[in-house]
Amino acid sequence: MANWPVILNISKTHLLTKIKQTSIAALGVTFGIGSYITLVCFMTGLNTMLDDLILNQTPHVHVYNEIEPSKQQPISLYDDLKGSFNVVHSIKPKLSQKKIHNALPIINYLEENSSVRAALPQVKTQIFYIAGSIEIGGNLTGINPVDEASFFNMADYIVEGSAEALETTDNGILLGIGIAKKMSLKVGDRVQVSPINGGIFPLKIVGFYQSGIADLDAVQSFTNVKTVQRILGKANNYITDINIKLFDIEKAVPLAKQIEQQFDLKAIDIKTANAQFETGTTIRNLITYAVSITLLIVAGFGIYNILNMLIYEKMNDIAILKATGFSGTDVQLIFMSQAMIIGFVGGVLGLIIGYVLATLIGTVPFQTEALPTVETYPINMNPLFFLIGFSFAMLSTFLAGYLPSKKAKKIDPVRIIRGQ
Amino acid sequence: MSVVLEAKHINKYFRKPLLFHVLKDINFQVKQGEFVSIMGKSGCGKSTLLYILSTMDTDYEGELYLNNELVTGQDRQHLSYLRNKHVGFVFQFHYLLSEFTVLENVMLPAKKLAEKSHQEIEHDAMEKLKMLHIDHLAKKRASRVSGGEKQRVAIARALINNPSIIMGDEPTGNLDSHNAENVFNIFKGLSEDKGLSLLIVTHDEDFANKTDRIIRMGDGKILL
Repeated sequence: MANWPVILNISKTHLLTKIKQTSIAALGVTFGIGSYITLVCFMTGLNTMLDDLILNQTPHVHVYNEIEPSKQQPISLYDDLKGSFNVVHSIKPKLSQKKIHNALPIINYLEENSSVRAALPQVKTQIFYIAGSIEIGGNLTGINPVDEASFFNMADYIVEGSAEALETTDNGILLGIGIAKKMSLKVGDRVQVSPINGGIFPLKIVGFYQSGIADLDAVQSFTNVKTVQRILGKANNYITDINIKLFDIEKAVPLAKQIEQQFDLKAIDIKTANAQFETGTTIRNLITYAVSITLLIVAGFGIYNILNMLIYEKMNDIAILKATGFSGTDVQLIFMSQAMIIGFVGGVLGLIIGYVLATLIGTVPFQTEALPTVETYPINMNPLFFLIGFSFAMLSTFLAGYLPSKKAKKIDPVRIIRGQ
Repeated sequence: MSVVLEAKHINKYFRKPLLFHVLKDINFQVKQGEFVSIMGKSGCGKSTLLYILSTMDTDYEGELYLNNELVTGQDRQHLSYLRNKHVGFVFQFHYLLSEFTVLENVMLPAKKLAEKSHQEIEHDAMEKLKMLHIDHLAKKRASRVSGGEKQRVAIARALINNPSIIMGDEPTGNLDSHNAENVFNIFKGLSEDKGLSLLIVTHDEDFANKTDRIIRMGDGKILL
């Protein structure tokens, strides 16, 4: 029934003859959407960066042997005391090995799982860095450097040297930057380390590691799995940890449960380990959206106002349109289409402005000690934000246009014509 | 001759601010080709009657027939269609869309009706403008033409869909005697040459005397 070409032609003429008002209304939407896009790209960019700081290096499932007391104390196995109330005092953790039993077959088994991207072995141990008579406590982790670099973004945190250099250098070490500063060491120097059970091993520094977390950088160093095994005097099946990276992070929880049951090991999934980061991200997103929606609502009220005024100005036109045979619905569509055109044009301009501003922010230098690889402000250009922004522009202008146009629909032409 | 417009027992009340019986049992017919004027003092209800007849006002009692079709009680969408197709309206204050050109103003009701192509509508509109000797104004903005010209544009617009009847609410009330004469001659010509029915509310005794029939109203009733 609606005759779109005629309706659109009328709204086009209305909009173009009142170009000032139209552009002000559209600019309201533009600024709303533009600032939303800028804000959300910038905020989520920062969020992602902060999360990556921790989460990138965190395995989706971390498998290790936990030192803990036996869940079943011997008394509970004794049939004669079954059903009675047993109290055991002074429980001690069970003496067990730190290494994962049968680690290599387990790794092979996990690698075959289709949802596992990589399962990497690690050997963790406590050592002392020895500088003359001073001993500094620290952690040494044996890794497969190139695999770690490709699956856990290890390379992002190597400030000097490279993962390949560590892989190819026998007795090489990737020293935490904090330790290097304390001991005034540079790449190419040698550092002596001593495991807890004695002995001194000189290792060649092939690079520095900086995670951005100062406390960690002051203790943590990396070397090859084999080097650690040699330092500890263990065989090449001595693996203390397995880090698993999945294709789909959502599968971490079930896989962790399965591993715990199947191998009698401790398996921590990323959700449990980093719950607090998710909370932080959620709250920051909440703030971002609260601010953006406020901006968009303000823009919506602007459109509402301008359309309302437009309809008061166009009372005569509405009356004449109705008198010459346009129905109330036609009149409503005329004003609705004006609102939607304002929303569309304003929204698209807003997306462009948001994109430009976000890109500009993305080129502003941002250097900080804590984030060695970040050089400019991080920007997260997710197409979804543009989609949301555009949808909100259309939705808010629809609502802002609906009420005034409803009024125009109901205007009684007789009253306007006779009122003259 | 066939009856174009027929009113049967039309009653209307104003409810605000007080209950007031405006139109009291109005009965009359307008035949095809008839040029009828309605006269009466201010407040006697003649404009009120006209707006009921035009189908814009639906708040009345009684029955209204347009081309022997019952109009009373139809939904607004259909009334809009009937108004668009069968009724041409000319007001005292020209009532053109000031932001559109003269030609667009004339074309608009036909575009709404959408029975013809754009070219045909434009051709028809130019024909109407030529007939009223204002074709040279076609491309001008409606707000840029003089009062008498505006009224002629309004008449052209009323004619565009070849309606059954033209209604006018004091179409000459705002014009000087020369232009009023002009408009009357146009109406007269339409009635005589094209067989169009006209129903014009007027205060102008001279204007009314020249029409085929005068319906005189007083206190909401038709006076004989």
